[in-house]
Amino acid sequence: MNEATFIALDSKDLLIAAGLLLLAGALSWRLQLDVERRLLIAAARSTVQLLLLGLILHTIFASQSPWLITLVMTVMLGVAGYEAWSRQTRRLRGWWGYGTGTLSMLLSSFTIAVMSVAIILQPSPWYHPQYLIPLLGMMLGNTMTGIAVAMDTLGRETWSRRGEIEARLMLGDLPGLAIGDIRRGALRAGLIPIINSMTTAGVVSLPGMMTGQILAGGDPFEAAKYQLMILFLIAAGTALGSASAVVIMSRRLFDERDRLRLDRLH
Amino acid sequence: MGSLRVTDLQRPGLGPVSLSIGPGETLCVHGSSGSGKTLLLRAIADLDPNQGQVTLDELIREKTPAAQWRRAVMYLAPEAHWWAEQARPHAPAWPEAMLSALGLDMNTLDREIRLLSSGERQRLALIRALVREPRVLLLDEPTANLDPHSTEAAEKLIGDYLQQHAAAALWITHDPAQRARVATHVRQMDRGNLL
Repeated sequence: MNEATFIALDSKDLLIAAGLLLLAGALSWRLQLDVERRLLIAAARSTVQLLLLGLILHTIFASQSPWLITLVMTVMLGVAGYEAWSRQTRRLRGWWGYGTGTLSMLLSSFTIAVMSVAIILQPSPWYHPQYLIPLLGMMLGNTMTGIAVAMDTLGRETWSRRGEIEARLMLGDLPGLAIGDIRRGALRAGLIPIINSMTTAGVVSLPGMMTGQILAGGDPFEAAKYQLMILFLIAAGTALGSASAVVIMSRRLFDERDRLRLDRLH
Repeated sequence: MGSLRVTDLQRPGLGPVSLSIGPGETLCVHGSSGSGKTLLLRAIADLDPNQGQVTLDELIREKTPAAQWRRAVMYLAPEAHWWAEQARPHAPAWPEAMLSALGLDMNTLDREIRLLSSGERQRLALIRALVREPRVLLLDEPTANLDPHSTEAAEKLIGDYLQQHAAAALWITHDPAQRARVATHVRQMDRGNLL
């Protein structure tokens, strides 16, 4: 076993990194890039958000209350659902728009995160927040992107190719056939990012979670195994989540008489 | 057989409209644009939400699966849409007789659709519908893009089809001469109502 140690950061270390950020801001000001304000606001936001998260996780780890864990996970799911919703240009009207993405994430990342902690990692107690919450965060962050891309593609393509879809309905095709090509394209679009990141993992990019584990003093080979598990779970979650989102959304685009209902899209 | 009966059909901008067409008959509908002719045809084919009763012989629209209904009661839009690059995949068969009756040949099927003229596309769209053997044809200006010669050929093809299959047609046309040639009945549409 590698005897690497964990180097804790103190405020001086953070200040040095922040100084480099100020340098970037000064550069933007000097070159009139006009992003220095946004850069500083974003930096301030991430400071507050991450320190707050650290504090909250600290409390949760200490208390290990199942109710508190459930509450945090629900909030994470809710925010991820909103984020997936807001990234779509042509989205379903009403609660269907928010609900479809959120339900798909509940079905995919939520279940997979809980199952993998309970079955693969088996900490004690099984809902140990140190494993459950970071894993859920990873799953949500990635499936959210896939689901948002898939739903966005489905909405936009259905809108712009409505003539083709209706032409097939007029000739007596079922909705599934009429929108089949578009549905497949949307699902493919949702899966491309995770396929790409699996392809380049370790060659071009060193995945964030593996980096973190190595910096924290973990053995690189152990870190690689963890990263692999995460990648597989994310790929499975993205496929399941995007598929369920595309199925629910494309069904909603037709009514009980198999009419194309674009009035249900924004 | 195709005996179409429409009772109190309505949706925003349309009706209530009632009409009936018997086997082999052609009801021509005319009226200024915006009078609801296309809405009427789309409503009969159940492409937009609407209320009212529509029956075809023994078939009751609400009790017939939507896809089956639209195969029997087929709407032909003024501008056909195509989902593949060539015409061939759009129909299970392209009878030589129909193609040559409209002055087309097999080569047309493998050319890129976007390179075809609007008249060629309209004639292909007519064949793509007829080979599915609908019992009622809802024709929305089916010859709008055709020259006089092709128009005559299309009218003859449709007329023959209606006789052979005892099918019915609801035909929207602005051309009084065409009405005189093809109609067995004529009605005018005005502000969503059939006069």
